[in-house]
Amino acid sequence: MTNSSSSKKHGQDQSELSGPTSKSQRTKMGKSEDNDKKNSGKKLKDVEISVPIVYGNMAFWLGKKASEYQSHKWTVYVRGASNEDLGVIIKRVVFQLHSSFNNPTRVVDAPPFELSEAGWGEFEIAITLHFHSDVCDKPLNLYHHLKLYPEDENSSMSTKKPVVVEFYDEVVFPDPSEAFLARVQNHPAVNFPRLPAGHTLPPPIPVEDANRRRKGDTKDNPLSQWFLSFSEADELLQLAAARQQVQAHIAKVKRQISLIEGQHKQLKSSSDQ
Amino acid sequence: MDAKDILGLPKNSFPSSADKKPRPPKESQRKPDGISREVYALTGRMPPLMPSIDASQLKKKHPPHEKITWQWLPFTNSARKDDLHLYHWVRVVNGVPPTGDYSFAKYNKSVDIIKYTDEEYEKHLTDPMWTKEETNELFDLCGRFDLRFVVIADRFPSSRTVEELKDRYYSVSQAILIARAASSGDVATHPLIKEPYNVSQEMERKRALSMVLSQTRQQERKDEEVLVEAKRIAELRMASKVTEQPQLVVASNADAEVTERAVPGETISPSNVQPPSMVVPSATDNASTLASLRMLRVYLRTYALDQMVQASNSSAGLRTIKRVEQTLQDLGVNLKPRVPTKAVCAEHLELRREILTWLNLQKQVQYKEAEGSSFRDGSYGETPGTPKLLRGADQDRTFIPDSMNFGVSSERVGKKDQKRKAHGGPPTSAHKRPRKQKASDL
Repeated sequence: MTNSSSSKKHGQDQSELSGPTSKSQRTKMGKSEDNDKKNSGKKLKDVEISVPIVYGNMAFWLGKKASEYQSHKWTVYVRGASNEDLGVIIKRVVFQLHSSFNNPTRVVDAPPFELSEAGWGEFEIAITLHFHSDVCDKPLNLYHHLKLYPEDENSSMSTKKPVVVEFYDEVVFPDPSEAFLARVQNHPAVNFPRLPAGHTLPPPIPVEDANRRRKGDTKDNPLSQWFLSFSEADELLQLAAARQQVQAHIAKVKRQISLIEGQHKQLKSSSDQ
Repeated sequence: MDAKDILGLPKNSFPSSADKKPRPPKESQRKPDGISREVYALTGRMPPLMPSIDASQLKKKHPPHEKITWQWLPFTNSARKDDLHLYHWVRVVNGVPPTGDYSFAKYNKSVDIIKYTDEEYEKHLTDPMWTKEETNELFDLCGRFDLRFVVIADRFPSSRTVEELKDRYYSVSQAILIARAASSGDVATHPLIKEPYNVSQEMERKRALSMVLSQTRQQERKDEEVLVEAKRIAELRMASKVTEQPQLVVASNADAEVTERAVPGETISPSNVQPPSMVVPSATDNASTLASLRMLRVYLRTYALDQMVQASNSSAGLRTIKRVEQTLQDLGVNLKPRVPTKAVCAEHLELRREILTWLNLQKQVQYKEAEGSSFRDGSYGETPGTPKLLRGADQDRTFIPDSMNFGVSSERVGKKDQKRKAHGGPPTSAHKRPRKQKASDL
């Protein structure tokens, strides 16, 4: 993934390297409260770091090989939104399956954080992300409803094309430690914040060799051809258009109000005679 | 599966999660061992939790090598103080009578009453309310009747209440214990020291109990009503307190409970109390939500967005929130963004706020127009801007009385963008019953 440093836009206080596929200009809007905080030169306030992830499942119908209790082969996973290696942030992921599975608590210790199984039923999977100790000592829970059957009941199931359900989200660390920041400085999986002026980080500790690191990403994953893409550009456009419309409506109504108020003044003055 | 085949139904519709793995073969197919089917059904088709008596035990045969006889023998009872010999039948095995004390002697339990000497009495136990004789008498009775104070009170020569007697007994025992103990620490764990007898509390408690007992049914009903009222008022007060305080949600991410399964990511919703008439400025809510988010070590963007949306919704009534959502849908915007990045979430929030502003402005327009028409009617001596009428304004329609002056019409305020008709328009009136406007609609 190319670092879109050229498109980095300096917002109000934080700018972020874009993670997902589109290289949209990120402008800071709305969250102006960060400026209200007193920047007393304390350690790294108002610096948040976020990791865009996608989690969900993929399910293949087994077709002829399907039995009554194993009709689908499915994989539940957590991946970086741009298929980068999440191992730099996540230490392990625990997938809690339905109790009818053997050893329903499945632990995945290394990226890619995915789990494959075979079954027939849809149920809720609790996904717990455990982070490295310098990142966060509290785990984070996600919940995903496993989907095997296509939305449209009439569409036939195919063994070649899987049913895919994915959700985009971002893991936010509002108060990251210096060590954490230093370690992930240039990592593509992370939305790195803009540091307060003059603040420098120690150079990152040399990580394990690139080969080992590369294996954790999901770019070459056999399932990657089915991954969905999440583009924030479309959504931003949609929202911007909607906002424009609403703002236009607001202006119109304000004009109406002032019109009416003017009329009221007239009436009042005439009735006071 | 086969049934569906027969009926020609699609095979796909497996129910979710209910039973996952191979359902255990139907219970009716399983034949219980050892008991008949009907009896098994009576127990709820489950093996009993407690092992029942093994029936084979009941028909135990006597061990043949033992010779059992029964003999009429004398016995003594160690629980008795006299030397009474009585007789009873005894089971003798092989000519050897059973040994040991009388089997019921162990049930002869008694209370240890503290006995004090005269010396000790002089030193520690004198009391203005009690004479030495009375105290001695009390202790004697306690010993005889095993601290059954009701009986003791009955037999006590001078009439003292049960509480008085108890108080005297326990305080004497306490004093003796402390006096005899080597150090205060030794007796600190003694029940008499640890939990002293509290006369006033006891009397109060018994009085209260007797009052409750002697309440008439009517009083009971009245009490219940009062309690229900009090509870309602307390809840209202709590509700208003909740919205006044910033909604601090310090979530423990590790143990988050899922409130909506369909929503990805964790959502913890604070108590969904919609107070009837609280208008909290949204600015404080947002700031406090942000503060509480920052207190978390880690959270999901969708969770944060959810919290912020709730914060901004807290100042609006349920109907307004629904209208906001409807507007979002009309504008073609996802109620929950599909790609919730920081920028998208911020935009989404702003959009919601702007929609709220728009809706509020629309209401203002309606208000103003209602005011306007009442101004006109005022010239006929009617009270201008009757509060009742204004309050009766519906969201989309106002009920304006027909006015017959100057051919000026009462006009029907249409929906959002309709322009006001000028004078002389056809008189229309929405003869709908004005609904009382709730403050929450503001």
